[in-house]
Amino acid sequence: MSLIARHLEENGIPTVVIGSAKDIVEYTAVARFVFTDFPLGNPAGLPGQVEMQKAIVSQALNLLQTATAPQTTEAAPFQWNGDPGWRAVYNRVTPENAEYLRQKGEARRRMMLAKKPQTD
Amino acid sequence: MDDPGQPVGYMERTRLYYRALGYKADYQWAHNETAPFTPLAKPLTEARIALLTTASPLDGSNKDAKGWRHVWSAPVDPAPDALDTSDLAWDRETTHTNDRESFLPLAAAAALAREGHFAGLTPRFHGVPTEYSIRKTLAQDAPETLARLREDKADAAILCAI
Repeated sequence: MSLIARHLEENGIPTVVIGSAKDIVEYTAVARFVFTDFPLGNPAGLPGQVEMQKAIVSQALNLLQTATAPQTTEAAPFQWNGDPGWRAVYNRVTPENAEYLRQKGEARRRMMLAKKPQTD
Repeated sequence: MDDPGQPVGYMERTRLYYRALGYKADYQWAHNETAPFTPLAKPLTEARIALLTTASPLDGSNKDAKGWRHVWSAPVDPAPDALDTSDLAWDRETTHTNDRESFLPLAAAAALAREGHFAGLTPRFHGVPTEYSIRKTLAQDAPETLARLREDKADAAILCAI
């Protein structure tokens, strides 16, 4: 998504990215970025939280007109309201799941090989 | 281990995860020191805004016969109740994507337009694939997205990355 934003900016369309993977968006480098510090999946606000979702879109809109230079990041003033240990969950690797992950990777490579799209 | 309270380091997390899956080469994200920047050319109250998502339509119509995903578009009104996020990387253990507004906030944006914060949404929102291949994104999806935004006369875009 960040590469798309850069292409639009290069061609005269201002953009703002809303996302939760701060390190990746900033590594690719975009013009404007509203960072929402939530688990991946709900960049625009927690499920069912209508006012929060509206506030995040509003912040993105404002950043469109207030940013004066590229790579402007603003953090949304909201936090995940569920498990406080959520940061450790996504794609975690532990001694307990190492063998499971190794087998999962092997199965995935076999599957990808079988259904690889044909390239002309 | 990540520092509690600090943003998750997804690049490092992803490297370790794929190494654990047995992949030999780490994924190389596109890296840039600087970014292009276009100022908003008109007041926000007069600007027409496009919303972009990385999700797919439920009917899979953004995939071709060979399985490649392409840029797709759909009306903002009526907005779709749900979109397909099954191909995307997100935290399935912690959250869900059943509320489409949580990743593509069409109703929230429409409400702000009605209140006069900006001129309105473009008639369509657009879906862009999240691709392993940086080359495909740059050669196909980025120009296609630009063409569709120009066709819709978008003054600016909000890109919601799941």
